[in-house]
Amino acid sequence: MLNQPDRSVATLAEDEDGVAIRVTVNGVDHERTVSPRLLLSDFLRHELRLTGTHVGCEHGVCGCCTIRLDGETARSCLTLAVQADGAEIHTVESLGKEDALGPVQQAFKECHGLQCGYCTPGFLMVVTDYLEKNPEPDLSEDGIRLALSGNLCRCTGYQNIVAAVRRAHELMHAG
Amino acid sequence: MKPPRFEYVAAKSIEEAIEARSSFDDTVILAGGQSLIPTLNYRIAQPDAVVDIGRIPGLDTITVQDGAVRVGAMVRHRQLELSEEAFAANPLLREALGNVAHIPIRNRGTVCGSLAHADAAAELPAVLLCLDGSVTAHGPAGPREVPASGLFLFHMTTTLNPDEIITAATFPALPDGAGYAFEEFTRRHGDYAVAGICVVVTLGADGRCASAAISACGIAERPVRLPEVEAALVGTDLSDTAVRAAAAHADGAITNEDDGTGGRYRRQVARTLISRAVAKARQRAG
Repeated sequence: MLNQPDRSVATLAEDEDGVAIRVTVNGVDHERTVSPRLLLSDFLRHELRLTGTHVGCEHGVCGCCTIRLDGETARSCLTLAVQADGAEIHTVESLGKEDALGPVQQAFKECHGLQCGYCTPGFLMVVTDYLEKNPEPDLSEDGIRLALSGNLCRCTGYQNIVAAVRRAHELMHAG
Repeated sequence: MKPPRFEYVAAKSIEEAIEARSSFDDTVILAGGQSLIPTLNYRIAQPDAVVDIGRIPGLDTITVQDGAVRVGAMVRHRQLELSEEAFAANPLLREALGNVAHIPIRNRGTVCGSLAHADAAAELPAVLLCLDGSVTAHGPAGPREVPASGLFLFHMTTTLNPDEIITAATFPALPDGAGYAFEEFTRRHGDYAVAGICVVVTLGADGRCASAAISACGIAERPVRLPEVEAALVGTDLSDTAVRAAAAHADGAITNEDDGTGGRYRRQVARTLISRAVAKARQRAG
């Protein structure tokens, strides 16, 4: 059931022309015909059933829906699925598995960098991007908070997320 | 919070995009979508057709030549921010771009899209205005160059015709020895500014201010130059006292009074930002 597409959002109207798109998501190729107005966030969640990407504000403010599009972080709620035609996408599902967490996930777990978890997928993607792109990231309080400034968390007060960024950096460079 | 239905046109050339603009009543151009898609999600915009220019080849290049940085319509904020060539010609661009939203937004949003959107509080329109830059607007009759001084009409409104498309923006390089700064104040990092100030100054042989260009965003119904402040700075030694006196001339330009104090607060913020920005520009000049 869970793996069946849910077309409640993605349905093409009878008189509407669909657009054929082809995307690679977490290394898997997908071809679909979609409504032009379908948001990439809804495409990932409803069509591909990759529900790790969360949808918060749907106007680009909260950062929950952040993914990587051709290697760069992007808001999937501010991208139409048709714009992603031909793109390579990575979602939070690419970072690890329940029994084999990636370093950033492990750090969030160890540091209690989440409470309700709703914003966490976005934070994980942004932190992964920050630490991977910067060989010597600014790990000062200000530097980390600037890197996280596009993502909102209403539970933690951010302290433990900041700690998790430093821990993730350690884990990524351990051994 | 889902976009309304629209016809989708993935244009393969500028000509095709212009034609699409003419064949529907109400069209919008989709480049990066970072301002357009929220307005579609909110259904503030309900266009007949969305014309996607993201597949048109050749629009994603930055060229630095003839003393200017030319930015194609699909160049993303982040691409310009990180361009070493653009930085060498005009470091003001990187400084201003660092204030535009957040990295994930800058990765997608385009420079020309921001100029076309013309939000009165956005940074890039003020930068284009400060530098006396221009945009290339393509319409059915071909391209024309529109100077920044004749582009911004009102909040989210430009002088361009509905069938025109901005295909490039030209930001002049800084003159040799010029000092520059972009300073803004936001309630939270990445938000639209309460006020933003863009400054370019040059010094004469006597160390006094030979020229000053100052623009502002967030203070009026469109980005504006502050000619009274500029005039008051020229000829001075740009000392803190001189700058503070000149900054007071910005008061009259501040018509955006939605700050809860009838504009008093914003006037204070603008004066302070002018002082900071000019001080920074003065240090960098020479």
